[in-house]
Amino acid sequence: MTTAAPTSATGTTTGPRGTALRRLASLGRSEATLLLRNRSALFTALLLPVLMIAGRRSMLKQQASDHPGLDVDSLLIIGTIGGILAFVVYYNLTAAYVGRRNELVLKRLRTGEARDLEILAGTAVPSVSLALLMSAVVAGGGAAFLHLGAPVNPLLLAAGLLLSIGTMMATAALTSAFTKTVETAGITTLPLVLLSQFGSGLFIPLEVMPDRVADFCRLLPTTPGFQLVRIGWTGTDGSAAATGFGGTWSTAVPHLVTGAVWLGLAAWGAVRYFRWESRR
Amino acid sequence: METRQPAGSSGPVIEVTDLQRHYGSGTTGYHAVRGVDLTVGRGELYALLGTNGAGKTSTMELVEGLAAPSGGTVRVLGHDPYRERAALRPRIGIMLQEGGFPGELTVAETGRTWSGLTSGARPVEEALELVGLGHRRDVRVKQLSGGERRRLDLAMALLGRPEVLFLDEPSTGLDPEARAAVWRLVRELRAQGTTVLLTTHYLEEAEELADRLAIMHGGRVVTTGTVAEVIAGRPSRITFELPGFAGASLPPLAGAEVAVDGRKVTVQTSALQRDLHELLGWAHHHDLALGALDARSASLEEAFLAIASEAAHQDEPQPPAPAGRTSRPSRSSRRLIGSAR
Repeated sequence: MTTAAPTSATGTTTGPRGTALRRLASLGRSEATLLLRNRSALFTALLLPVLMIAGRRSMLKQQASDHPGLDVDSLLIIGTIGGILAFVVYYNLTAAYVGRRNELVLKRLRTGEARDLEILAGTAVPSVSLALLMSAVVAGGGAAFLHLGAPVNPLLLAAGLLLSIGTMMATAALTSAFTKTVETAGITTLPLVLLSQFGSGLFIPLEVMPDRVADFCRLLPTTPGFQLVRIGWTGTDGSAAATGFGGTWSTAVPHLVTGAVWLGLAAWGAVRYFRWESRR
Repeated sequence: METRQPAGSSGPVIEVTDLQRHYGSGTTGYHAVRGVDLTVGRGELYALLGTNGAGKTSTMELVEGLAAPSGGTVRVLGHDPYRERAALRPRIGIMLQEGGFPGELTVAETGRTWSGLTSGARPVEEALELVGLGHRRDVRVKQLSGGERRRLDLAMALLGRPEVLFLDEPSTGLDPEARAAVWRLVRELRAQGTTVLLTTHYLEEAEELADRLAIMHGGRVVTTGTVAEVIAGRPSRITFELPGFAGASLPPLAGAEVAVDGRKVTVQTSALQRDLHELLGWAHHHDLALGALDARSASLEEAFLAIASEAAHQDEPQPPAPAGRTSRPSRSSRRLIGSAR
């Protein structure tokens, strides 16, 4: 707040990048305060992914008994991170967009200097930060207690996370357009939440599925991001033996392509359908 | 302490030409703004008056750049407010018709957020003091009264010391004291050179504040001018009730329009004093007591009611909108979101 830019006195948009960051920080802080004061949203975000760990583990173990060699520990950690992204970013952010829209907060924000993208991104700051923090804790826990190795290709791991978060944000904006109230966000987000948990190799690894089903599931919107995380960490998406840093790139290419296509589609849909105020 | 340079000083600050706004599409659509023209000069306080549904807020939202017009052009400080929103926002302040602040944040937190979104923002405390909300800083927005929320809204609109201020029904829900305070504040801002466009349905507010005003009806501007100009040419009015008698006929009142409805007589005249004198003399002569006698000069209220009812009679058969304006590319018409008020 001390950086009131004197350069903007003429009123032109010489706004340096610092101003945009300041606006993002301001929106993010406000949204974080709201998240902390919203018990049920906080509960969903913090506890649900953690509570699902036990279920995930038993489901993966069961499948490992039929498919020896399944790396239960790393799948459990990656699955938990996928669950965090789905609940903390996708579900939580959908509800946040709907809530702010219905309170006319988004409309009011558009009367100010923040650009549309900044408003959407600023609203997402706490969800995304919390998801990354929780993922880091889970990954650290995996390394400490399950003795997981260091990521084979951290770049792909990061790309997978970014792709997942970007896609989740865009689909959250898109889903909010079809969600009337905060309460119904649980229903409108359900299809994609279920798809992301059961169809993207989290609860059921792709290599366990029949080939045709697995091929189909690889094309789903949330699969590429999660699989990139897995490749980046373990060196394989389960379709072939694990490779080193150099080998992971070729495994990753198809996922990068499908992921980019889905991200583009979701962003297009969000721009096309997003509603800044509720119809009355 | 900052004084902004009036960039492009001479021209009008707000210029609206043949503005159209159409909600929805085809036959189910609603044509809320039907060819509005407005010009507001620098430092002027301009009021948009109208009945509910006249298109005031719809027009306002287009001038603020919250939606793209279906037709016509808007220029604010030389910019297209919709396409060049980013260039314009640091120089204007907007107060919407309702809220838009999260209920769970306190007044101070709301101010801090908006301060972070506003270049050259004045201190939040100062803005809150301006509207008399300093003592409510730690109260959550949801616990504020309707009037306090309006004042918070105004404070946020003033945060960036705007050159142009848009106020959509600024005093709705305020008690008389708060309303007077808001009027005082708006007058001070205007005295400092701020250009103000406001909508209101309080005629008194327009009479108190406005340099010029426009009366809207059915999406059109039916009258513009200063308060005096709008009232000028409007007749004064004398009403009274005749006692039950049928003998003496009313005296001739040159140039006045006399309507008799049962016992109730309404005289519309441009010569109030002369005709009133005439009537009283006549009543005295015939020893009549005129019941419920009322004589009043033309006021904005009367002018408004007369203009609105004239306009309502005129546009009974509504002309269809020109085809070129209604068939918008689907993309932009879909993004025309807003309240059809």
